[in-house]
Amino acid sequence: MPKAILYDSTLCIGCKACEGACAERWGLPYNDKVAAEEKISAHKLTAIETHGDKFARRLCMNCLQPACASVCPVGAIQKTTLGPVTYDASKCMGCRYCMQACPFQVPTYEWNARLPKMRKCDMCYARQSQGKLTACSEACPVGATKNGDRDELIEEARQRISAKPDQYYGKIYGLKEVGGTSVLYLSAVPFEQIGLRTNVPQEPLPETTWRVLELLPDVVSTGTVLLGGIWWITNRRADVAKVEGRKGGRK
Amino acid sequence: MKLPKITVWRVIFAIILAAGLYSTYLRIFYGLGGSTNLSDKFPWGIWIAFDVMCGVGLAAGGFTLVATVHIFNLQRYKPVLRPAILTAFLGYVLVVVGLLYDLGRPDRLWHPLVMWNPHSVMFEVAWCVTLYSTVLFLEFLPVVFEKFGWHRPMAWVHRISVPLMILGVLLSTLHQSSLGTLFLIVPSKLYPLWYTPILPLLFYISAIGVGLAMTIFESWHSSRAFGRALELPLLINLARVLAVVMSVYLWIRFLDLAHRHAFELLRRNREETWLFVLEILLTAVPTLLLFQARIRRRPGALYACAVSLVFGFIANRLNVGITGLEAGSGTIYNPRWTEVAVTLSIVAVGFFTFRLIAQYFPIFEAASHEEEAAAMEESEVDPVGVG
Repeated sequence: MPKAILYDSTLCIGCKACEGACAERWGLPYNDKVAAEEKISAHKLTAIETHGDKFARRLCMNCLQPACASVCPVGAIQKTTLGPVTYDASKCMGCRYCMQACPFQVPTYEWNARLPKMRKCDMCYARQSQGKLTACSEACPVGATKNGDRDELIEEARQRISAKPDQYYGKIYGLKEVGGTSVLYLSAVPFEQIGLRTNVPQEPLPETTWRVLELLPDVVSTGTVLLGGIWWITNRRADVAKVEGRKGGRK
Repeated sequence: MKLPKITVWRVIFAIILAAGLYSTYLRIFYGLGGSTNLSDKFPWGIWIAFDVMCGVGLAAGGFTLVATVHIFNLQRYKPVLRPAILTAFLGYVLVVVGLLYDLGRPDRLWHPLVMWNPHSVMFEVAWCVTLYSTVLFLEFLPVVFEKFGWHRPMAWVHRISVPLMILGVLLSTLHQSSLGTLFLIVPSKLYPLWYTPILPLLFYISAIGVGLAMTIFESWHSSRAFGRALELPLLINLARVLAVVMSVYLWIRFLDLAHRHAFELLRRNREETWLFVLEILLTAVPTLLLFQARIRRRPGALYACAVSLVFGFIANRLNVGITGLEAGSGTIYNPRWTEVAVTLSIVAVGFFTFRLIAQYFPIFEAASHEEEAAAMEESEVDPVGVG
């Protein structure tokens, strides 16, 4: 059963306990200065954004069909059956196509390192595979970030909406976006008002390139026969012309 | 000992190289952060959009002319074949140099060859570029063998030449188009004037066009640099094919924009609109001019049209790779001077190496005089009606 995270913006009090827990889990420094940064970066893999009186948490969406994993030329990024999208830094050559491809602009880079790595949340793959909760959901004091099975969390989100329809914008973000994500959002207001991207396509992005890539065998086989055939015909014509002693026809 | 004469171009060359060397030092010791204006929101800059995307495209003359001369057996184009192959080979070597600057971990350049992900366009491009560089090296080898009079290896290369050339054309078809496929993954980022599902097709056709334009460009420059006669009749014919190729390209582009109702966007007074107009003008104007025999016959006008098409091509690749992505990425990117210095250095070294090789190796005297005479005779008579 794939795991997911449900983030309920209406419950979030902006205490940033998730940020601190996340930094600890990755061994990254966390202090007031880092806490004040409202964006994810190579040293801050989750961030609480303030939108007026609302909060929104940014972290890797761990998409069901991640663009980053599909574009990585060395397969450093993998979608696990458990749900998290993991990254193997020892394979990465730093082409940064994952950053370009991500519709949520999540992957970040250690720009100033001499031997840099990409950085992003992997939904605590190590912890979750041991049956533990993600560090952020364990740290959340109000249950705004909840970790569990994706199906169950979707069910719970629907119940929350139907129990208090006036408190929620009646949709779940992440259900259909780019074919579905492992991080789901609930909000009191339309999602673009808490900084979520609503212009992303509803179908999985890997399809866009695969539609072309899967033609490769056709191009190679047809192309070989076509080019070989043309070569044979044109050279044959020249040979025949030579034997018949004419001036080289179409040279 | 005699000191080399100081000329304006040599001074410019030296300044560019010095700036490039200092930028290289910054790149190595201070990372991408210390040498570029790239950011988490804008991970690809001119090292990808110019050095790689334009570099590969401008080297497309190699496969276009190999196909013309050897596969379509149009032998009269032979005099421009070797310069085209040399440009292509140097182009690809320089693309790899550009990648060494751009990759976060250049020491792992070889990773895609052993760590596979067939779903990745980048993986396909990596393999194609590696294989095609090898093909270009082998296609260039006869020049070296000829220079030193090594007949046995020459015969060996000749034996594999046909499959090699077919492989080269196929690999080029794949990765020239794949550079467009790279951007199919960013439908919500790339501005709709450029984002289209047929990007791979557009990249492929425009690469063929710019390959021909670069051939005209090179011939013109090398004829001046080495004081040889311009292969004008040949270039006139090439220019005709070029006009047809670019018309097909522009027509497909027009249809695509019309079908996607993207022309509406041109009413907006945005940076993208103006850059799009610039790109189309740089491409469409010379295309129209090249249809006129009067223009084609004048070397200066022919050269100007080729240059304009090259700039139109560069504008297109920069629009897809940089400008068209800025709004969707929510940020502005302007290259840092160090990025520009590295790029200029790579281009300068490319020109320098080309000149050096052309001076010492039989690049331009490849075709026998007989063939040249035949080509002259036939010029402007036989339509190369392949289009």
